[in-house]
Amino acid sequence: MEENVAENISISPGQAVRIGVYVCHCGLNISRTINCSHVAETASVLDGVVVSKDIAYACSEPGQQEIKEDILEHGLDRIVVASCSPRLHEPTFRQMIQSVGLNPFLLEMANLREQCSWVHMNEPDAATQKAVTLVKMAVSRVRMLWPLVGERVPLTKRALVIGGGIAGIQASLDLADNGYEVILVEKRPSIGGTMAQLDKTFPTMDCSI
Amino acid sequence: MTDVGRHPKIKLHTMSEVMDVEGSVGNFNVSILKRARYVEEKDCTACGDCAKACPVVRPDEFNVGLSTRKAIFTPFPQAVPSAYVVNINECLGHNPSVCAKCMDACEKGCINFHMSDEEIKERVGSIVVATGLEPYDPTELDEYGYTRFENVLTSLEFERLINAGGPTKGELIRSTDRRRPKSIGFIQCVGSRSVRKGGGYCSNVCCMNTIKSTLVLKEHYTDITIKVFYIDIRAFGKGFEDLYMRSRRSGVHYLRGLPGNVEELPNGSLRVSVENTASGMLEFHDLDMLVLAIGIKPAKSVQKIREMLGLQLTPDGFFLEAHPKLQPVDAATRGVFYAGCAEGPKDIKESVTQASAATARSIRLMHKGEIITEPITSVLIPGLCKSCGICAEVCPYNAITVDVKKKMPAMINSAACAGCGTCAAECPFGAITMNHFTDDQIICQIDAMLEDKAQEKVLVFACNWCSYAGADYAGVSRIQYPASVNIIRTMCSGRVDKNFIWHAFLKGAPVVLVSGCHIGDCHYIDANHWTQKRVQKLQKKMEKLGIKPNRLQLEWISAAEGVRFADVMNKMEKIRQEVSSQEIADTIKILSRRKKQVLLSD
Repeated sequence: MEENVAENISISPGQAVRIGVYVCHCGLNISRTINCSHVAETASVLDGVVVSKDIAYACSEPGQQEIKEDILEHGLDRIVVASCSPRLHEPTFRQMIQSVGLNPFLLEMANLREQCSWVHMNEPDAATQKAVTLVKMAVSRVRMLWPLVGERVPLTKRALVIGGGIAGIQASLDLADNGYEVILVEKRPSIGGTMAQLDKTFPTMDCSI
Repeated sequence: MTDVGRHPKIKLHTMSEVMDVEGSVGNFNVSILKRARYVEEKDCTACGDCAKACPVVRPDEFNVGLSTRKAIFTPFPQAVPSAYVVNINECLGHNPSVCAKCMDACEKGCINFHMSDEEIKERVGSIVVATGLEPYDPTELDEYGYTRFENVLTSLEFERLINAGGPTKGELIRSTDRRRPKSIGFIQCVGSRSVRKGGGYCSNVCCMNTIKSTLVLKEHYTDITIKVFYIDIRAFGKGFEDLYMRSRRSGVHYLRGLPGNVEELPNGSLRVSVENTASGMLEFHDLDMLVLAIGIKPAKSVQKIREMLGLQLTPDGFFLEAHPKLQPVDAATRGVFYAGCAEGPKDIKESVTQASAATARSIRLMHKGEIITEPITSVLIPGLCKSCGICAEVCPYNAITVDVKKKMPAMINSAACAGCGTCAAECPFGAITMNHFTDDQIICQIDAMLEDKAQEKVLVFACNWCSYAGADYAGVSRIQYPASVNIIRTMCSGRVDKNFIWHAFLKGAPVVLVSGCHIGDCHYIDANHWTQKRVQKLQKKMEKLGIKPNRLQLEWISAAEGVRFADVMNKMEKIRQEVSSQEIADTIKILSRRKKQVLLSD
């Protein structure tokens, strides 16, 4: 059993952080409702923020390039991307900062699209105010983050397929033909599922079995 | 199908169900219950002598009850594995052996009544969920008379009837008089696109299935009259419109309008009354046979699998994908993928496409042979642990061990920890923290949020898997709600420490919402039970302290409940507006006094 003990639990007080804040327009998705340059401006005076700007598409190649260059040029060590939901692009931006040598967990996102511009479309002022708050929260948080490293563990190169209808059959064959061992579990006495019960099938009008 | 049976890399377990899944991405431990077949799978040649001898006659499920089978049977001639099976509940020969005629008939001696159910353990790196569908049962749509009138069939029954391998060898006959019908009607959207009965969604396949059936019918019987009653014909796929046009050209009558009523005539035929919405006229059509194009419902096994793997469902009851466009075959649980109708109604081509996609995603995960674990796990702060054992009690994964008697500090097994953070929230001594969601990291967000105009803010804690995703879903659907709402994300609602909530009220928060997955849907098995207990306790404490307990709310919001998320936010805003500045000031006073006391008592 591996014991997990905190080693670098706190960032030593007084350690200067160098934060970059990027407020994404997402085309018009965010900027139609939120005044992005205003948000970037208010963030620029926050403690530890070295660079703060608005950016047309943070996730695009030029967008990422710009952030990466800033990281190298200004020696940024923490990044806030204020754009869409982290459920969408957190992996993108983690990879981005990792590619220039930062630990991927030194990133924080502020969700200005799904949880602000898209849900307060008729209140641009209130939405901009909220965006300012969300970015401020993200900056506070990113200041407190510390690097994390995942562990490499061996993986079992086998797959379980639950259900032996047409989808389960296809998945099993594809996996098996690629050299992976497959466990196919079907609750009925035969595989085939609903498909096996059908006569000719569209659009080719041939037999389903 | 036969390829699966003979593939050296595929281990096929039929009559089997997954009972339990433990572990996580890369290394899932799976328990499978394999029910006894009572026939040796490898030895049986499917000669059928046993079935000839069997005296028990039962309806044949494969032919949806349109023919019979014996208690020892093969589901259909091409079955894989090609071995007979005994339905032990129907068999006469089992315990005590009174029949055993099949055993005498089987020359190879494949039948073995001593077989018993087996529990099989397997270890796998990834899981493809392809649990399929359940055809809609149209009995509840009484106006169509299914089960009341014998010549009203479902599309699945019709499939068996015109199938060369079916009960009539492909001969279309009516069961009432064994004569070939001269006219057939098809009713579309049975159990689909109706919020009232069945499902509100389109089942995707029924239009094309009916078009195919009309073409097959016209091919066999050129003189047959066919009428299709529909809302719209959805022939959206490649080559579909072409088939639809062929069907129209062959003389099939397409009539826009769903029948309101079906009556049986003395000769067993059916009188359909329908408002033709193209002409606006009420029409009556006498038809020899009526086929209900039934929709696709989620499989019954969905609930069990959802609980085992910590998956989410859409409101329609199908599995919810991690992202509708960019991760359409990934589950939110890492290492789990969807294929086929488990994820939503689809036709064969789409099922095959999705299965191949799921395979590619699964190989992408597995091909390196190693996996990097999520470092978002709980960690012990040495020296603070007093060995009380609460963390071990609340951990849904048994990842923490504490020897309470010997006063040994807690040990956290990071490989088993999934990162819900319940232990960190429950530890009375602050001896456990959560990587990436530490107390400091969350408290500083609360401070930043409430620094300015605290009274105008609604503080929402949302769990990553359900409520935060539900908020995203509200956004994607452009459902508007008050801008006072500010969300703090945690992996699980179980992470929301009582101190976060006290801190928020101390900093002037008018209202706080804790939101998570519905009970039973928690991504971390049952961590949200602890959330519920904690919030209830806090509300009681608030009442005692003279703080209105309704200022702290707890709501379960799933990833698919965008509308509900917005409704809850509107409710929170309403509660916020009822909280006066005086109340907030009083609360701050009460809590700062309490904080001092707590600090002194420590």
